[in-house]
Amino acid sequence: MTTLVNPTPINPVEPFLRSDRMPHIWCPGCGIGTTVNCFAQALIESKIDLKTLALVSGIGCTGRVAGYVKLDSFHTTHGRAIPFATGLKLANPKLNVVVYSGDGDLSAIGCNHLIHAARRNIDLKVICVNNLIYAMTGGQTAPTTPGHAITSTSPYGTFEPAFNLPHLVEAAGAVYVARWTTYHVRQLARSIGEAFKKKGFSFIEVISPCPTLYQRRNKLGDGLDTMKYYKEKSKTKHGAPTSEIGLTMQGEIIVGKFVDRDRPDYSALLKAQMHESLGERYVDYDEEQGYVCADGGCAEDSCH
Amino acid sequence: MAKGRVAIVVERCKACGFCVEFCPTKVLALSSAFNSKGYHPPHVVAPEKCSGCDLCGMYCPDFAIYGYKNPVTKNEAPQPEAEEVRNEG
Ligand SMILES: Cc1ncc(C[n+]2csc(CCOP(=O)(O)OP(=O)(O)O)c2C)c(N)n1
Ligand code: SF4
Ligand code: SF4
Ligand code: SF4
Ligand SMILES: [Mg+2]
Repeated sequence: MTTLVNPTPINPVEPFLRSDRMPHIWCPGCGIGTTVNCFAQALIESKIDLKTLALVSGIGCTGRVAGYVKLDSFHTTHGRAIPFATGLKLANPKLNVVVYSGDGDLSAIGCNHLIHAARRNIDLKVICVNNLIYAMTGGQTAPTTPGHAITSTSPYGTFEPAFNLPHLVEAAGAVYVARWTTYHVRQLARSIGEAFKKKGFSFIEVISPCPTLYQRRNKLGDGLDTMKYYKEKSKTKHGAPTSEIGLTMQGEIIVGKFVDRDRPDYSALLKAQMHESLGERYVDYDEEQGYVCADGGCAEDSCH
Repeated sequence: MAKGRVAIVVERCKACGFCVEFCPTKVLALSSAFNSKGYHPPHVVAPEKCSGCDLCGMYCPDFAIYGYKNPVTKNEAPQPEAEEVRNEG
């Protein structure tokens, strides 16, 4: 007779998904789902109380993550995930706020928000799925599209220089910057866990296949071919100078943790300034009561 | 008995092949069978080699497969090679 000590376990990712929405709309071999596994794994390993977690996405294939996770999540307008997330964080500083969006959403229409959130060091964890293209709308050139790549708006090849996102956010002030590909599942999960431990603006770029629009137009095969390319051409260089890690079409991909530093975040700077200017009249955010005002100490809306 | 097993949610699979390629011990292969969407889901070809590491689950972009350590048994009894979970969408 067999005595089962453990019942048949379920997929560890399943509790983080809205299972009733499966199968999802992502194409065969799309990497976005793989990044979700890593994110869920990071949540399991870091033992974060899910009640303190909010996930904010913009628009795009990646933006769909907000609709597929069984977490408090917010599918915002295109490019505006960071402003929404900033509002959430400032109104409720106890929240762990994750921004989960695409390269186009974060670095094209939303790029000003990206650099200013990094400059202000707002305590957000940004996961940027970089498939080198605007996927959802048909594969247009994005600020991240590498030179020579064929896209629907560059039928003779992209010639604009591309953004090197880790370099951009480091220069703007991010305290944690890493890059992985969807091949690096364990490393990515670990990195997301590390970002949760940081106070301040953290940015993790995940290079991910879009076989339907990027790989197909460039005759680069399918998702699996792209994963094999990541495996073959990625080099882990922790601490590499971000100025030297720009991506080229099918070239070497430098992955790793590039920046891990500390500087006061937006809330800490705000608090310090207010104490300096207002002295006793400024009352800190209270863990129990939220924001209270100095006169009478009431937490009622009518007071503000 | 193998250290681990996999469960495959056949109807979710889109046959990308990630699990087959990146299983460290080559436990899986895409089968010739079709699911209802016309994809070829993986099946287990080398059950004894499965460590239950769940790397297949980490790679699967469709949440269609996962590995787990075999339950601790007092007496060994033959176990099915893989489960087919059908009811999860
Ligand atoms: C204000 C506004 N402008 C343009 C669009 C069209 N639009 C939707 S998604 C998208 C690009 C998405 O690219 P990315 O963020 O890289 O996501 P992906 O689909 O590649 O994951 C664009 C331009 C929109 N929805 N709203
Ligand atoms: S279009 Fe590209 S990014 Fe969008 S779901 Fe398909 S493969 Fe993924
Ligand atoms: S659990 Fe690990 S060893 Fe077993 S099939 Fe999956 S990847 Fe292979
Ligand atoms: S990784 Fe998932 S979707 Fe891809 S072949 Fe394996 S089970 Fe199917
Ligand atoms: Mg994109």
